Amino acid sequence: MVSEPHVESLALREQFNSAEQQKDASSLGMWVFLITEVMFFGGAFAAYTVYRSIYPGVFGAASRTLNTTIGALNTAVLLCSSFTMVLAVRAGQLGRRKQIMAFLVLTLILGMVFLGVKGYEWNEKYVEHHIPGPSFQMEGPGLQDHAQLFFSLYFAMTGLHAMHMLVGAGLLSWLLYQTWRGKFSAAYYTPIDMVGLYWHFVDIIWIFLFPLLYLIDRHGH
Amino acid sequence: MSFRLFPVEASSISAEVDQLLFFLLAVAAFFTVVIFAAILFFAIRYRRRSDNELPRPIHGSIPLEIVWSVIPFGLSMVMFTWGASVFFRERRPPDNALPIYVVAKQWMWKLQHPEGQREINELHIPVGRPVKLTMTSEDVIHSFFVPAFRTKQDVVPGRYTTTWFTAIKPGKYHLFCAEYCGNNHSGMGGWIYVMEPQDYEAWLSGGTPGATLAENGQKLFENLACANCHKSDGTGRCPDLTGLFGKDVKLADGSTVKADEGYIRESILRPEAKIVAGYQPSMPTFQGLVTEEGVLQLIEYVKSLGPNPGAGQAEGLAAPGSR
Amino acid sequence: MTTAVAEERETYLNAGHGVKSWLLTKDHKRIGLLYLFTITFFFFIGGVFATLIRLELLSPHGNLVSSETYNKLFTMHGVVMVFFFLIPSIPATLGNFFLPLMIGARDLAFPRINLLSWYLLVIGGLFAIFAMVAGGVDTGWTFYTPYSTSYSNTWVIATALGIFVAGFSSILTGLNFIVTVHRMRCPGMTWFRMPLFVWAHYATALIQVLGTPVLAVTLVLVLCERMFHIGIFDPALGGDPVLFQHLFWFYSHPAVYIMILPAMGVISELVSTFSRKAIFGYGFVAFSSVAIAVLGFLVWGHHLFVSGQSLFAGMVFSFLSYFVAIPSAIKVFNWTATLYKGSISYATPMLYAFGFIGLFTIGGLTGLFVACLGIDVHVTDTYFVVAHFHYIMVGGAIMGYLGGLHYWWPKITGRMYPEGWAKLSALVIFLGFNLTFFPQFILGYLGMPRRYHVYPDEFQVLHVLSTAGASVLAVGYLMPLIYFMWSLKYGAIAGRNPWKATGLEWQTESPPPVHNFDEIPIVTREAYDYSGTVGQEVQVG
Repeated sequence: MVSEPHVESLALREQFNSAEQQKDASSLGMWVFLITEVMFFGGAFAAYTVYRSIYPGVFGAASRTLNTTIGALNTAVLLCSSFTMVLAVRAGQLGRRKQIMAFLVLTLILGMVFLGVKGYEWNEKYVEHHIPGPSFQMEGPGLQDHAQLFFSLYFAMTGLHAMHMLVGAGLLSWLLYQTWRGKFSAAYYTPIDMVGLYWHFVDIIWIFLFPLLYLIDRHGH
Repeated sequence: MSFRLFPVEASSISAEVDQLLFFLLAVAAFFTVVIFAAILFFAIRYRRRSDNELPRPIHGSIPLEIVWSVIPFGLSMVMFTWGASVFFRERRPPDNALPIYVVAKQWMWKLQHPEGQREINELHIPVGRPVKLTMTSEDVIHSFFVPAFRTKQDVVPGRYTTTWFTAIKPGKYHLFCAEYCGNNHSGMGGWIYVMEPQDYEAWLSGGTPGATLAENGQKLFENLACANCHKSDGTGRCPDLTGLFGKDVKLADGSTVKADEGYIRESILRPEAKIVAGYQPSMPTFQGLVTEEGVLQLIEYVKSLGPNPGAGQAEGLAAPGSR
Repeated sequence: MTTAVAEERETYLNAGHGVKSWLLTKDHKRIGLLYLFTITFFFFIGGVFATLIRLELLSPHGNLVSSETYNKLFTMHGVVMVFFFLIPSIPATLGNFFLPLMIGARDLAFPRINLLSWYLLVIGGLFAIFAMVAGGVDTGWTFYTPYSTSYSNTWVIATALGIFVAGFSSILTGLNFIVTVHRMRCPGMTWFRMPLFVWAHYATALIQVLGTPVLAVTLVLVLCERMFHIGIFDPALGGDPVLFQHLFWFYSHPAVYIMILPAMGVISELVSTFSRKAIFGYGFVAFSSVAIAVLGFLVWGHHLFVSGQSLFAGMVFSFLSYFVAIPSAIKVFNWTATLYKGSISYATPMLYAFGFIGLFTIGGLTGLFVACLGIDVHVTDTYFVVAHFHYIMVGGAIMGYLGGLHYWWPKITGRMYPEGWAKLSALVIFLGFNLTFFPQFILGYLGMPRRYHVYPDEFQVLHVLSTAGASVLAVGYLMPLIYFMWSLKYGAIAGRNPWKATGLEWQTESPPPVHNFDEIPIVTREAYDYSGTVGQEVQVG
């Protein structure tokens, strides 16, 4: 019985025949996972679309209570974090351990800034009595009754997004630890690449959330 | 009730639905028999007689695949078309249908005739006359199901749904709730009594005389001060409701909507949703101030407001000051 | 081979001992067995609920249990059977076990994610069991709003959380299968040389990955509404209860294809092996699997024909529903044609295959009835629909599962089950099943609504017939439980290929070694190529 030769590599898992197969499989796996995430957020976007088309005025009025400056700032922060993530992947390609760690830390910090700003925004909503539920208050025709729909979706969608960012932060921390332990090299940096894909995806979700939540019906107001 | 294998045909659409069923049964039976027979025949005729048999491989046949895709598809399209046509007719009540209003709640049916009779879990109707039900729920989703009429329609909170039927056979027919609605879902049933026209008239005029739905609606209209704004001489802040029902209404955003029961209900409970062209959004909501039954009374009242004599309006409503 | 020699050889079963070696395994075969125990457990729980339901329905006036309890029984029967039995069943047991073997791989692409999938099912199941033990849930497995969000006083949150977690089990299994099929096929195993079982699981995986997340987010919205009293589906706040139905069925309709496609994959294997012939129209059957998966996403509105959906939407969904019927019909014709001039064996797996084709045909044809707008208005929400989906899920999916279990039992355990008892129980199941569910078509057209605890007297005769059938069916399901366990100790030792089947899984030992193959195979033959499989050939046909 001749066993097939196993490639000498600490990172090659048993079920794979080659490092290339493993990398391809990881990559396809992450893309498929991101597609499931698109469908997950998609359901919420569908609910948003339906309700916005039924209550355009209410959605517009509710959206105008959000602070676009802060929202835009946060968007910029997230875009920068995607950039630093790309730089981290690049550093991985080049096998530069210190650089990888630096860029991962930057990405993490920017991510935390985003979440902090989000927390501030949510607090604003709390102070303004815009949290859906018994304490909700909003003046204007039809708003007390129906603006809760907008805010329910606002909190649900930004909340889900924030949870995904927290998971991302956890992954970044894990990557930092693994980099520090010397697990990555120019020959093997796949996990950095994969977390990068995930991070970009979470960024893209925000790119959709920002205009749909903050920027509707601003024209002329 | 005796044991039956097939429900009675008691509405004008029942026979048609049953014919459609028989067609599908025939097709289904045909294919079932064909497949069962083929399997039985092949399994016996080609049963393994020795352990070392090796059949000649047969990989497929494009012509056969085409035949057994196209023929079923064709049959499906017949089923679809016929079914859609029956559905279309099931869903479009004739204009002269007798209106009945239904409010469902856990776990009973409240039915109202426009003449004022209220019924709980029972509905008396005349034979041979189309009846249109306008329905809503006070709580969860229910479903109005009369097997003998082959009709069913979910009754949804927050909006109206409608169904209609013409009973063709006097008798007593089950009414069931067909959408699970909680503890007593299976107890939420009743009876439809289909009567000869003269018996129906007798039933209508018997019992405690009370106000018609429209009369009750008028009282509500006054009590809730609707008349202060909706003046019938056109001088109010809000549109004149005379002759409104059934007309097309032009809205502030340029679109047009038909003033049916759903529009009136929405205008009372969510007035900001559709603003009439030329008016300000100044009407407050009456959500919580009027029950679903109250809304139905108001609708009947608005329906009872005939066309404004001498105004000569063709469509839409005149804005204040335009006459 | 003597018993002693068989027991000395290292297999995946004896390669590690102790609870830890099972609970922390990365071997897809062991994980398949972990799933087998789990879903069998849930099947019998769901079965107990079904028994109680059928016992209650013997009498029209509801004497056995209260209405509240009855409503919990049918809800939990549905939740357990759909989410904790049928959705995982074939993919997580037979799929996990055999997908890598069939494509010549050593394992799935992500073994640790595979194990995580199992844990997620178990955790989800624990939430559901907690809900059941703590008092039950009574919303129906469909959780329609606003009853589930604002009115029910039962353990909705716990149950919804359980389903949410189990949903991720399904998503990860699907992800694993997709990547495995794309990236782990052995040399020579092209897409069109793969067994149809693999095609079926690939198509299923597409649905799991694309559909389940929508259920997940829908459950999140329901949980938010129920826990925080915010209105998304609440009409009082302008929410639309019918929106919930759209979101729910967007997943739950494709979900029924998750439940049937793997069984169809099993049937392809069985019909081929026990006719000793390639499946007629291999390409058409493969493409039909994918077509069913894709088209299945376009028809969800056929669950909403009387819900208040527009006329136009009803027409569109009815039209598309007829489309999705066609690939299934194509498969049935191709399986039947495979029998023509074959060499037909009546081994138990083949009996299940015959049963499947017959009952799935009936179930699928009744789908045409409910897709038909004019008829569905009458039969929706009645026992007609209950009969329709049980024909497909029980007469179809479960028979496919049992057929597959019998077929691959020798490979999984190295033992044969007792053929006589197996044939008998297949017959008992077939008869019991038809007696249980055929009367329900008649009940439904008569107007007997679903989810009814009490009912008018005139429906009793048919209910009694149905319950009689259910008791026969119950016996039929208990029999395999007993003889499969018996066979583990006393069954005849199975060789590598007791059925003389094609397929890479039959080329390795029974039970397989931990790494599946001593040498990774190189495939040069087409799928279902029987030439040279039997010794001295006797040509037929």
